[in-house]
Amino acid sequence: MNFWLELLLKLALILAVMLPGALVVIFGELKISAHMQSRIGPYFAGGRYGWAQPLADGLKFMQKEDLVPAAADSMVFRLAPYIVLMGTLATYVIIPFGPDLVVENLDLGLFYLLAVSSLTTLGVLMAGWSSGNKYSMIGGLRAAAQLIAYELPLVLAAVAVAVQAGTLSLNGIVASQAETVFTIGGFDVALPFVLKGQIIGFLIFVTAGLAELSRIPFDMPIAESELTMGYLTEYSGLRFTMFFLGEYAGMVAMAAIVSTLFLGGYYLPFVDADLLNVVGPLVLVAKVGLMCFLFIWIRWTFPRLREDQLQTLAWRWLIPAALVNIMLTGIAKVVL
Amino acid sequence: MTVMDPLVAMHRAEAAVSVELETPGMTLNIGPQHPSTHGVLRLVAQVDGERVTQVQPVIGYMHRGYEKLAEVRTYAQITTLVNRIDWVSGFANEIPYIRAVEKLAGIEPTPRAQFIRLILTELARISSHLVFMSSYPLELGAPTPLMHALRERERVLDLIESVTGGRFHPNFNRVGGVKPAAGGGSSTKKQTQDLPQGFLQGTRAAMGEVGAVCDDLEELVTGNELIQARTIGVGVIPADVALSYGMSGGNLRASGVDFDLRKHEDILPYADLDFDIPLGRNGDCYDRYVVRLQEIRQAARIVQQAIDGLPSGPLQAKVPRILKVPAGEIYVRAENPKGEMGYYVISQGGKVPYRVKIRSASFSNLSILPWVLEGALVPDLVAIMGSLDFVLGDVDR
Repeated sequence: MNFWLELLLKLALILAVMLPGALVVIFGELKISAHMQSRIGPYFAGGRYGWAQPLADGLKFMQKEDLVPAAADSMVFRLAPYIVLMGTLATYVIIPFGPDLVVENLDLGLFYLLAVSSLTTLGVLMAGWSSGNKYSMIGGLRAAAQLIAYELPLVLAAVAVAVQAGTLSLNGIVASQAETVFTIGGFDVALPFVLKGQIIGFLIFVTAGLAELSRIPFDMPIAESELTMGYLTEYSGLRFTMFFLGEYAGMVAMAAIVSTLFLGGYYLPFVDADLLNVVGPLVLVAKVGLMCFLFIWIRWTFPRLREDQLQTLAWRWLIPAALVNIMLTGIAKVVL
Repeated sequence: MTVMDPLVAMHRAEAAVSVELETPGMTLNIGPQHPSTHGVLRLVAQVDGERVTQVQPVIGYMHRGYEKLAEVRTYAQITTLVNRIDWVSGFANEIPYIRAVEKLAGIEPTPRAQFIRLILTELARISSHLVFMSSYPLELGAPTPLMHALRERERVLDLIESVTGGRFHPNFNRVGGVKPAAGGGSSTKKQTQDLPQGFLQGTRAAMGEVGAVCDDLEELVTGNELIQARTIGVGVIPADVALSYGMSGGNLRASGVDFDLRKHEDILPYADLDFDIPLGRNGDCYDRYVVRLQEIRQAARIVQQAIDGLPSGPLQAKVPRILKVPAGEIYVRAENPKGEMGYYVISQGGKVPYRVKIRSASFSNLSILPWVLEGALVPDLVAIMGSLDFVLGDVDR
């Protein structure tokens, strides 16, 4: 097939996965938070259960004027949402939905993933700096400071997975979780990494992942009650929508990454490879839904930490724990 | 050609490299429109990065001139003004004012009216503290306790409304007693409707619910590690500093000073009731939060006892049709949910007061902001400001 045509098709596929995914998670957040707070949540838009509320919100934002403050650095201000969205989109490229259902099965998948996922912070910093607003600037700088805290535990937790799997390819990591660990009564039992000694790594990765997503308890860059809306303060209309979508698409991506690295990804036992290409996406979606629910649950339960408390948490607890985790994984890998 | 002394050369090179970067502070203007300033407070903060070096509160955006307005209104009309001062506890504002007028005019309210006033004051205290319970976690970033606390507050407001006809602005006190309940006849006629049917049972049940929501909040908020991390040791106000700034109410008691006007003043029959004054130890944000949570429980206890001991009798003492207050002056204060609220009323005889000076709790409580915020971080600024529980209507009047 023509290379460009193939690329175009793949990009369309990513968008077709990402946009509905983000919308479903937005709707889920609206409903779950409502029930946690003894409210009903969206109810009217689209008939039953207000399922069309995210679409209606999106349409509303599209009609709003795209404001650029007079004090803003116009070009950087306009560019920032694209960078954020791009960083998120790029992670979708390597998430495997089945043995063959992956846009690009990179050998350096994990490495690529950790590299591009930091791009969003650049966009946030650009947004904060270019808005010409002190609250936005503090928000952007907080996002940059936050990167220093969560990036290292995130990488170190992923390193332990790579050590155990012996590969950086995400397909390889899933395949390694499909290997038989032991056999009971003729059934081959395979365990995901979270049950194969990566429980500490899983907790560290989820915590650091929450910080990367800038969600409560780590939403200091937005911090509505302190910085009004942080780096988002000056954005309106379509550009705000892009940040908003980027945030939720990032959440889905993070959930998919956690599922792939620690929860076995698309793998389902007793299903052969051909069928797995059909069932696999559903399995992954179920796991992603579970992780997203966890993220939402945490968000509506906890308050926000301070920036210095995140640094303390990361450097005093997460990083040493992640290093110990790597060491134990390495020893186990050599001995077993 | 002179060779430069190597030591001198080194120093020069160092001086050229390590030029101090000028990092002047930034002026951050917080408010008057800001999510966490409880209305229209403005703070002009000098910040160095995230650290606040100096804070200048700017007040007056909510000034409505009540003291001046009071000079051209009759004594009965002024209650309409005073319950708009601290709008989250409207009923409690009326008490010190109406008692000041009664003392000045030499009118003794009926015992039943006094007990109804007491019950409604405590309900107002519960509703005011529940607003704090809802807004404070929100300022720390936790949005869920808001709904739980506000739901219970609505129950309490319904009770206040069923008696007085108003949720926020009851305007229920009359000189010498209270207004007959909503839907009743005029207070000057013999036949007057008393408390609405089912109010006492409803209140009793609601006090149980309030206790339950306090349990919920203790699990969800008080025991939450992140809330504790954000509030323990933050915004510490020692007792002597609190006293020197004239703080009162829960903010003062959180610093460990046992001062509650319900125990010291006799304007309402609190002496007949048994309740405790919760005290804090460290005077930090956490203590201010916990003290208020305990006060809700105590207020519920007071209401239960007051219902048990509610005397029967008329609602209104004999008051002349046109109230003329003899010349004189008086200061009466009471324990408002926010702290000490007092009215200095000067009468020169006649139907209108010569002067009404309002001493509001929030004004004094807020005056400590420049002291307590110096050196705080921006997130702590919000945490400390919220913990002081002030209302801008009460500050500016």
